[in-house]
Amino acid sequence: MDNYAIEMRHITKRFPGIIANDDITLQLKKGEIHALLGENGAGKSTLMSVLFGLYQPEEGEIYKDGRKVEIHNPNDANALGIGMVHQHFKLVECFSVLDNIILGVEPTKAGFLKKDEARKKVMELSEKYHLMVDPDALIEDITVGMQQRTEILKMLYRDNEILIFDEPTAVLSIQEIHELMQIMKDLAREGKSILFISHKLNEIMEVSDRCTVLRKGKYVGTVNTADTTPEALSSMMVGRDVSFKVEKGKANPGKVILDVRNMCVAGKHGKKDVVSNVNFQVRSGEIVCIAGIDGNGQSELIYGLSGLEHLKSGTIVLNGKDVSSEPIRQRSVLGTSHIPEDRHKYGMVLDYSLENNMVLQEYFTPEFITSFGFLKQASIRKFAKRLIKEYDVRSSQGPITIARTMSGGNQQKAVIAREIDKDPRLLIAVQPTRGVDVGAIEFIHKQLIAQRDAGKAVLLVSLELDEVMNVSDRILVMYEGELVGEFDPEKVTVEELGLYMTGARRQEVKTDEEKE
Amino acid sequence: MKKKNKLYSVWTNHGVQSFIASLICIFFGLLVGYLVLLCINPAGAGRAMLAILQNFLYFPRPEVALEYFGSTLVKTAPLLMCTLSVLFAYKTGLFNIGASGQYTVGVGAALYLALKYQMPWFVCLIAAMLAGGLLGAAAGALKAYRNVNEVIACIMLNWLSLYTVNMVLNKVKEASTTYTGPLRTENPAALLPHMGLNKLFSDNRYVTIAILLAGLAAVFVWVLMEKTMMGFELKATGYNKNAAKYAGMREKRNVILTMFISGCLAGLGASFLYLSGIEQWSCAQTSVPGMGFNGIAAAFLGGLHPIGSIFSSFFIQHITSGGSYVDKMVYPSQISDLISSIIIYFCSFVLLIRYMINERVINKMGADILNTEEENVSDDEKGGEDR
Ligand SMILES: Nc1ncnc2c1ncn2[C@@H]1O[C@H](COP(=O)(O)OP(=O)(O)OP(=O)(O)O)[C@@H](O)[C@H]1O
Ligand SMILES: [Mg+2]
Repeated sequence: MDNYAIEMRHITKRFPGIIANDDITLQLKKGEIHALLGENGAGKSTLMSVLFGLYQPEEGEIYKDGRKVEIHNPNDANALGIGMVHQHFKLVECFSVLDNIILGVEPTKAGFLKKDEARKKVMELSEKYHLMVDPDALIEDITVGMQQRTEILKMLYRDNEILIFDEPTAVLSIQEIHELMQIMKDLAREGKSILFISHKLNEIMEVSDRCTVLRKGKYVGTVNTADTTPEALSSMMVGRDVSFKVEKGKANPGKVILDVRNMCVAGKHGKKDVVSNVNFQVRSGEIVCIAGIDGNGQSELIYGLSGLEHLKSGTIVLNGKDVSSEPIRQRSVLGTSHIPEDRHKYGMVLDYSLENNMVLQEYFTPEFITSFGFLKQASIRKFAKRLIKEYDVRSSQGPITIARTMSGGNQQKAVIAREIDKDPRLLIAVQPTRGVDVGAIEFIHKQLIAQRDAGKAVLLVSLELDEVMNVSDRILVMYEGELVGEFDPEKVTVEELGLYMTGARRQEVKTDEEKE
Repeated sequence: MKKKNKLYSVWTNHGVQSFIASLICIFFGLLVGYLVLLCINPAGAGRAMLAILQNFLYFPRPEVALEYFGSTLVKTAPLLMCTLSVLFAYKTGLFNIGASGQYTVGVGAALYLALKYQMPWFVCLIAAMLAGGLLGAAAGALKAYRNVNEVIACIMLNWLSLYTVNMVLNKVKEASTTYTGPLRTENPAALLPHMGLNKLFSDNRYVTIAILLAGLAAVFVWVLMEKTMMGFELKATGYNKNAAKYAGMREKRNVILTMFISGCLAGLGASFLYLSGIEQWSCAQTSVPGMGFNGIAAAFLGGLHPIGSIFSSFFIQHITSGGSYVDKMVYPSQISDLISSIIIYFCSFVLLIRYMINERVINKMGADILNTEEENVSDDEKGGEDR
């Protein structure tokens, strides 16, 4: 029998109220890329955390190269050459990219840090694998995409031979994903063994050699990727067929809900404006999508709209009312919903229960508060239960589950449920399908379209061109803080969009009046 | 099966776990304390330990014991307030190590108004509360607007308040000593009313409404944190200030408000002790009173629950008072503080022990229960299990 690089045998891991992994066996061959697929909450991250020593399984054994090993903590895992890129990054916010990469394995000489060597190695890796980062930028200042690259570099820097990627592509743009796929193939060719979690079936089809499917904590099966199809995989995982194409009728734009004029947002630390002189409108009954490569000012544009960041200049008119200098609460009450790009930083209070998170935007309304300022616990419970049911948010203990223990995709679904149910005039959705499974993507897209058809203005920010092309009625491309093109998704090709997104081409974006 | 399930839910209950963890901590604290006594002088160790644990029960006559029980309660009230102060801040994500300082300015405000301006008790009480609150708010403002760690700010403010209060109270101290004048002779109107409570404790004249008010404060803190919108906001801000901001809460204001309320509690605690007339402030004091620090241990020992705090504060005051009955012929006079400190030290391990209990319960008991539950689950998930 040939030895597997890693063999996890009959792993069982329980949490209060749920069996996250139920007798799962996973075999990783040397030099292969092995994909792990399953619905949100199926237990993928848990299984990988067991391998990385973050959780101790109640049952089961782990073998490396045919030898039984005990992995009690991440240090053990590191010593065995196992590295992991986590679904939710584990970076020190106030440290630089370089410091984060070398954290824990800092090269020293006589007790003094020798960062020069480290920097050289990091830059070499960054060059070799096309992972562009600014080594001196602080984590809190960079985009999630760059944080993702930092995490990957961190793992490569440690010369691991078993690499675990937990949803690395969730926040990357198409180009970056292609590059990452290439990197993974190169790494596998160098003899490294890779475990790869993704909800995107085309990625799994493209890079993986084999794929193991989990469902509700149980092992469903392992298939050779070459012998299967995305449809077969998705029905194996969800237990039914999933449609990939979004059905949607024609848009019926009504009056202008969001009117943005000459908006500028200043860059951090006196750098040049990250959003410069942006003009656009979103009408009721249409989905406008802002496309672009991560880090071109989309995040700041949205923070400016929601009130999380101050405008340097310009005006935002929401439903006829100038809200440019209104506080966040006021904008929310006037009808803005915001599905934030970073669910952990903004979207949730992770130490609150699921039900408290469900009312995070509305806890102060008479529905949930008595006139003396007391919480109406029963109403909160009832409300949360309804959303959990309608949006199929899965957790171990229902409304009282602490949000932190929920799987990433289910956290995302909870945020989406809350923001859509708020019944806004303007729905801002940033990467709404980040980290959710195919079934849920289908569901969320349907919801966005239903919102549009109900006369809401929907502003979508997405790095995924598939999503951009399928869901939106109008596409605005953002490049280096400016809008550089406006397109009809029916009439533009992905390639053409790509040219605008990389700054190779640009056109004037006109406001509605100018068009007339 | 049913029975097992019930047992499981009992064992995974937070309150139960905290209670057991607290008992374990107390046990180890006592054990180590006893060992220390043995090392110093084996002959008297047993007797000394007994004295500490007995405290007021040391007196065989019930009337006397009752009177001293009253005194322990009088001192428990301010400790409980400091405990609540620490706990409230902790629950909202802040570590208020400044309860001692807030307590100190509370003493300053209450006594100065009582002795200099002959104010009645309720004015002094409110002044003490506000003084503590403002000092807390100062630390909160530094955190909110200048991102100064509240621990650092609080420690600085502790010293600042100690010397300021010493200076201010110097103006109302007795001529011959370093102590502030006794309220009973200088301004009886500043003494807290008894409302008949003293009768319950063999006429202990220090027993006042303070002990009732402290109990009410515990309930108030619990309601505020768990049942109100304000508690919801403050906790959300403490856990994740970005999310709080995103949800439209005024996160900066909330940090200040948290520290203000926390400070108010500590300041009130000061008035509870000093307006009962049991102690006078020494203007030559060189360190802030230990109340605020003991409050940290008591908060953890009480399982970070306001009602648990009532019992933990009492216990800590009980052994602290008990320490004074240790035979000073056999042991040096610092021994009482040493032993109670050791016990208090061990009390801070409650969270760790509770965590260990939780892990064990889930690993050992959860396994059986979930497995048996599993068999009852409908078969719709059983498809595709072929390997
Ligand atoms: N620390 C924890 N405590 C309690 N329950 C947990 C914990 N971690 C995970 N769970 C539960 O275990 C289940 C599996 O979670 P896991 O994160 O492994 O899912 P996943 O397959 O990675 O899903 P996703 O695709 O959404 O990331 C979920 O139902 C989750 O609620
Ligand atoms: Mg996951």
